[in-house]
Amino acid sequence: MEFIFLVIAVFTVVTALLAVLTKDRTVSILAAGASGLFGSILFIIMAAPDVAMTEAAIGSGLTTFIFFFALKKIRSRDNG
Amino acid sequence: MVKKGFTLLMLGGLGSILLKFVLDFKEKLALPEVSAHYVQNGPAELGAPNVVTSVVVTYRGLDTLGEVTILFAAAAVVGLLLHLNQNKVENRTEGSELLKTGSALLFPLIILFGTYVFLNGHLTPGGGFQGGAIIASALVLSILASPNRKIGHTALGILESLSGVSYVILGLAGALLTANGFLNNRILPLGEYGTLFSAGLIPVIYSIIGLKVGSELSSVVIGLKGESDEEAHQ
Repeated sequence: MEFIFLVIAVFTVVTALLAVLTKDRTVSILAAGASGLFGSILFIIMAAPDVAMTEAAIGSGLTTFIFFFALKKIRSRDNG
Repeated sequence: MVKKGFTLLMLGGLGSILLKFVLDFKEKLALPEVSAHYVQNGPAELGAPNVVTSVVVTYRGLDTLGEVTILFAAAAVVGLLLHLNQNKVENRTEGSELLKTGSALLFPLIILFGTYVFLNGHLTPGGGFQGGAIIASALVLSILASPNRKIGHTALGILESLSGVSYVILGLAGALLTANGFLNNRILPLGEYGTLFSAGLIPVIYSIIGLKVGSELSSVVIGLKGESDEEAHQ
């Protein structure tokens, strides 16, 4: 269990770093969503299912879509 | 160069503040007094097996009302800003056949699951906020599948306002009917421990929160999609 926890914790940090460091906006948004998803698995392992559900639904689900909608708005303004 | 120096200074300062917390951290082996009270007496006092829910809805009910208010204000401001700045909406590519069929199958199931999560908030993990977010994600899926479909937000707005008002009214009913004050959950009988209709007002309030959060997040998503365009096109 400890090992799985550590692996997922490393994934969380790596995807979070990727989200900050990458130049590609799409990759950045997806990486932030993945980081939230790994984080929610960590919450389940730490026996906090309530927090895990919130994190999975909002942190990795809705936020990702809202970022994509916002990105699309920015792009269409840049072009037009 | 100066800008970079400032950034490094800021980071260093923040790091040194946080470092103190890391070094002073000791794992707590026993619950603090208040938490211990909630864990030991919560089920007996409020009749809800899920202690998190009894804290969120009853012991810290006022905070939850504040949270819902903040969410309401945020959604209202997002709606206002996006409404002021109405871009012309072009025709969007429809989702693929696979996505459309999948979303038609999954949409009612996800809505059902969200409803289950907030109705059973006092028994199982989850509750109003989680259930509402799940319901909103079902809407996101259907938007992805058919982006050109119009979704009226009049009904969503009415649902949102109604649930907000009834939350406050139920809280006031607790203050008026019992001695224990605002948002007391025992104006309804506690019922049999562990069944769906138990724990007094908790399932009612969590259902209201679920509907409110669901409709609020949905209208934020619809607003971002930029489709409140009946006025814009006229």
